[in-house]
Amino acid sequence: MDGIATGSIYAAVALALVLIFRSTGIVNFAQGEMAMFSTFVAWALYEAGVPLGLAVLSTLVLSFVAGMAIERALIRHFEGGEPLTLVIVTLGMFILLNGLAGWIWGFENRGFPSLFSDDAVTVGGVRLSVESLGIVAVLLAVVGLLFLLFQRTKIGLAMRAAALNPESSALLGVRVGTMLMLGWGLAAALGALAGVLVAPRLFLDVNLMGSVLIYAFAAAALGGFDSALGAVVGGWVIGVSENLAGTYVDFIGADLKILVPLGIIFVVLLVRPAGLFGTREVARA
Amino acid sequence: MSLLEVEGLRAAYGPVRVLEGLDFSVDEGQKVAVLGPNGAGKTTILRALCGMVDARGRAEFDGVSLVGKRTAEIARRGVGHVPEGRGTFGSLSVEENLRLGAYVRREDVREDLERAYGWFPRLGERRRQAAGSLSGGEQQMLAVGRALMLRPRLLMLDEPSLGIAPIVAKELYRVLGEICDEHGMTVLLVEQNAGLALDFVDHAHVLESGRFALSGEADRIKGDDEVRRSYLGY
Repeated sequence: MDGIATGSIYAAVALALVLIFRSTGIVNFAQGEMAMFSTFVAWALYEAGVPLGLAVLSTLVLSFVAGMAIERALIRHFEGGEPLTLVIVTLGMFILLNGLAGWIWGFENRGFPSLFSDDAVTVGGVRLSVESLGIVAVLLAVVGLLFLLFQRTKIGLAMRAAALNPESSALLGVRVGTMLMLGWGLAAALGALAGVLVAPRLFLDVNLMGSVLIYAFAAAALGGFDSALGAVVGGWVIGVSENLAGTYVDFIGADLKILVPLGIIFVVLLVRPAGLFGTREVARA
Repeated sequence: MSLLEVEGLRAAYGPVRVLEGLDFSVDEGQKVAVLGPNGAGKTTILRALCGMVDARGRAEFDGVSLVGKRTAEIARRGVGHVPEGRGTFGSLSVEENLRLGAYVRREDVREDLERAYGWFPRLGERRRQAAGSLSGGEQQMLAVGRALMLRPRLLMLDEPSLGIAPIVAKELYRVLGEICDEHGMTVLLVEQNAGLALDFVDHAHVLESGRFALSGEADRIKGDDEVRRSYLGY
């Protein structure tokens, strides 16, 4: 269960990566740092006396707005250009946000309170922490909401259309730029959520999301970079296998367990480059 | 005043000039075709009017200039454009494609869906299928149906007969004719297949390397053997 909970956090970040990848075709390397920055905002609000729940909620909203602003102000100028340029831009954002967070909040570790109680409940003879259950529940709720958004609402349909074929969408009156902004906003909010969920389990510092991002990449690669379902399943597989390998395989232990996702990325790329649920791109000659 | 008035329309892809200054107009309820061979610039006319390529000159739709406007805003003013190559969303279902056509509208979407299925029963039978699984002709019907979901005041069609079986193309034009008669639709059509187009429209222009070589009533062009042989090749 603990593995599933950690996996849910990876899944949330992987979902954020998938959201941006599907709508803009780029891999956002700054996703983790955006989430870290958001988590610091939540922490700062909390430290300033805002109740935790409210601090987290307002952080989600702020992150959504900031994500949209980043797309509009920065990413928009490079869209449709060389993919490599965008990779460099997001890497630049990675470094910038990391430095900025350090400059504002310092580089030391900070404790971050959990949204859930530290009790445990026993279900069918298995002791489960409320926190783990809470994290999984939050992820499932988020996935459900995203599903409703994309499958059942007009704006979600337009977002999918804009990702598939921007030109055709514009001909139908869809403001493609706005859809991309929404995608970035959602991804930023999702990342922020992952940040505040993971922060109590680690310590909050500027490198909070470093390893989480790598696990999320592994999850997205495993599930397929264009599949939301794949991101969730991928996140769980990575979370559980990391947990089990760290605990039960002697020579791996806590230090080497980061190799697990890397190994998974490696094997998936070799065997099934499109991931478990991804669509293989077929181009006509 | 005409619904669409174009004066001195020029367009270029970088340094390559495609349109060299076109004047034409489309009246409310009128159907106008631009004919001409591949590469004459037919598609560019429609793309220029929809803000998809840089255009110069004057192009007014219902008194509002289209030049410099964004594609989405032009669509929101009531210009439905069935693009070259259809532009359907292959991984979305037929019904989702049609619903997207009504993206800027709120009311009566349900009725309009049924209306589209009435015009194109094959789409109704395949409403849950992915658009990409349809045949070329069905995808063209879908593209037309989707543009009509906008309830456009001007319908622009880019080579609807391209790449589909002649008999399907003929059927498509028959349905288009019915729809236009029923709703008094205003149409700007771009087509290489002059025979099909001239039976459908009221007025036609023949485009040759970015200029109109001749213009006139569809019936007159159809009846003029000289014109048909030298410009339209049929």
